[in-house]
Amino acid sequence: MSPLTLRSGRQGGELGRLTRAEWTKFRSVRGWMAGMTTAALVIVLLGLLSASGDHASCAGAGGVEIACPAPPVGPDGTAVSDRFFFVHRQLSGDGVITARLTSMTGQIRKPDVTPGRRNVVAGVVPWAKTGVMIKDGTRQGSPYAAVMMTGAHGVRMQHDFTHDVAGLPGGVSERSPRWLRLTRSGDTLTGYESADGTRWTRIGTATPAGLPRTVRIGVFAASPGDLTVMRGDLGGSGAAVRFAEATGVLDQVTVRGDTSGDWRDDDVGATVDPDGSVHHPGRASRSGGAFSVTGVGDIAPAVEGPTAERPLGGAPAALVLVIVVSVMFATAEYRHGLIRLTLLAGPRRGLTLPAKALALGLVTFAAALPAIAVTFAAGGRILRANGNAVLPVSLPTEARVVAGLAALFALAAVLALALGALLRSSVAAVITAVVAIVVPHVVATTSILPDSAARWLLRVTPAAGFAVQQTVPAYPHVLSHDAPSAGFYPLPPWGGLAVAAGYAALALGLAAFRLHRRDA
Amino acid sequence: MKTTIEVSGLRKRFGPVLALDGMSFTVLPGRVTGFVGPNGAGKSTTMRVILGLDAADEGRALIGGRPYRSLRTPLRHVGALLDAGALQPGRTARNHLLWLAHSQGLGSGRVDEVLDLVGLATAARRRAGGFSLGMRQRLGIAAALLGDPPVLLLDEPVNGLDPEGIVWMRGLLRSLAGEGRAVLVSSHLMGELEGTADHLVVVGEGRVIADTGVAELITAASRGRVTLRTPTPSAAIPALRDGGAAVDVTDGGALAVSGLPSERVVALLNANGVPFSEVAAHRVTLEQAYLDLTGAPAGHREAAR
Repeated sequence: MSPLTLRSGRQGGELGRLTRAEWTKFRSVRGWMAGMTTAALVIVLLGLLSASGDHASCAGAGGVEIACPAPPVGPDGTAVSDRFFFVHRQLSGDGVITARLTSMTGQIRKPDVTPGRRNVVAGVVPWAKTGVMIKDGTRQGSPYAAVMMTGAHGVRMQHDFTHDVAGLPGGVSERSPRWLRLTRSGDTLTGYESADGTRWTRIGTATPAGLPRTVRIGVFAASPGDLTVMRGDLGGSGAAVRFAEATGVLDQVTVRGDTSGDWRDDDVGATVDPDGSVHHPGRASRSGGAFSVTGVGDIAPAVEGPTAERPLGGAPAALVLVIVVSVMFATAEYRHGLIRLTLLAGPRRGLTLPAKALALGLVTFAAALPAIAVTFAAGGRILRANGNAVLPVSLPTEARVVAGLAALFALAAVLALALGALLRSSVAAVITAVVAIVVPHVVATTSILPDSAARWLLRVTPAAGFAVQQTVPAYPHVLSHDAPSAGFYPLPPWGGLAVAAGYAALALGLAAFRLHRRDA
Repeated sequence: MKTTIEVSGLRKRFGPVLALDGMSFTVLPGRVTGFVGPNGAGKSTTMRVILGLDAADEGRALIGGRPYRSLRTPLRHVGALLDAGALQPGRTARNHLLWLAHSQGLGSGRVDEVLDLVGLATAARRRAGGFSLGMRQRLGIAAALLGDPPVLLLDEPVNGLDPEGIVWMRGLLRSLAGEGRAVLVSSHLMGELEGTADHLVVVGEGRVIADTGVAELITAASRGRVTLRTPTPSAAIPALRDGGAAVDVTDGGALAVSGLPSERVVALLNANGVPFSEVAAHRVTLEQAYLDLTGAPAGHREAAR
């Protein structure tokens, strides 16, 4: 008999050994390995298939169908909408622009009451904006900072599309004008507002990315389209956006600093119709220091358009396979009495399920990660090749989507495993896991439920974890139809994943408690 | 300290049934200890408590002085065969042992060694689901031997083995004990342990009835009796009774004589002119000794309490 090897009882070493043993168990059952591989293939095949069938084209000059142009991008690479009417002149170095806004009006096209007859009413949309701006030229997406009055959100200071700071609330009229001021000192731009032009309140400061020494300074107006959200036939919702424009009247406009050249008018980012005319043009008039500027469009991050996560639509189907395999991995222990052998090999019951969960989670992550990465990258290429102007995504966001979704697969596997160990019935555990993870996501994102119910589901069920795949966030200063059916999740990416992780941990804890209490 | 199994004062109740009622015994190294008793006597429950699968309500079970659940690489301390059917049918014999090996920090080399040892080397890469009961028993033994443990607990290891397998198992158990290991083998059939066990722990109703060596048990059961075969029992019986012996007629027509050594029996028969064909020291089977001990056929005893 060989001498007995007494090992030091380090818990880490023990968990490592048991985890390795669970991996050996997993890989030595052909059906489980095949199931996991199939799940990975389902992600790839469904993704590439849907991307291949997803074509888009836009009307080019002379009515020719062309690939849709990529949206302009802001200084940080975010797709942006950068369309407004700008009356501006050149400023070199430091300077100040001050203006008194005396009115903000506009018109909105509402749904036609009489078919075929335009139904235009007076009014401004909540995020219509007019005010003063400093911008690096008139190229779409170039850095800027602006102090503005909005349709319904008071005075704001915004810069570089994604940044928004609130000033004082309230509206504007001739009897209660709003004074706006923007100063440049080196790289720092500071916004102020005032009710009387003498006592000024600072709103905030901004450092637009890469703002050159020579910039354009002036007054502007823009108005995003009017958003109407309608209840769909099945109980979901749909959205329509109609034309709106805003007009700001600014007098006592003064610019201090090293200015040069005359005032220039630019309809920044205006689109040209096939017949050569500008689509919904803006306009401006000036007399002395008084300006009237009318603009269409928005200066904000773009949230409409094909998103980069679109090819990942096969994930829920693949998840069902992962759930089945994970449940079997747990229930096989009980069906064949293997649990006794497992407990003989690792009698510390607090480690049994963690080792199993760790092995399964790592296997699932390793299977899902490359499948998701390939689908995301190749699917994106196919979408772009098919003329889709996919909203660009930063590298950290891409990494978050790919790793996060693979992590969601791993968490779903652990949850299914725990349910299998808890319920000890394959059928019951598979149904429970699918109902908890897959079903809420499917019904919440397919325009079946009202938006509020869909949001609730994606907040309180493990399906909240799908938020990790959202590439374009919903911005508070952009009014959009940010419903789950449009790809917007109610929780932030890591927050959603944390909800899924919480469920997995809870189920694993309950299963471990049950294992701990009972004789095996 | 030599590694042993120490069981003291185990009590366990399953609902209304008292499964263990103060079970206490010790299994020493270097010999095969038979753990016998009728079905339901508490053998399996005791083994499961020793192995940390069930928790006793009272008492304790230690291996080498430690509870099983405190062992960090338990299969290197104790090898156990409880249920040879506890297998994932789709997994090969080799992979079945491999995950066990990995859980103890052992490599695949040891797996191949024990497969060889139990004669399953050629079936190593076959799915265990297709194994016969005998092959599963061998695989279970391989699993028990994987960690080269000083203590072995085998629950009914002979079950399902063919005659050749039974001979092999007996030889294996003897050699394992010969290597200095403590080997506890349970059985509900006394005969299975004849020629294998050195020591017996006889249980019934959840406690130990006898804890004794096999030789002592048989000697005690024989109580110095002599078997006599004679064509004229009618002459022999009064002659022997006059000589101070007690005489019974056995089932086979022979006479069982007790109270006198065999030389004295022969002398008395010769003195009285009684012919005889055989005089031999009476030897009971283990089965008979067990029945004597429990006072009734296994499984038919009235409750002692």
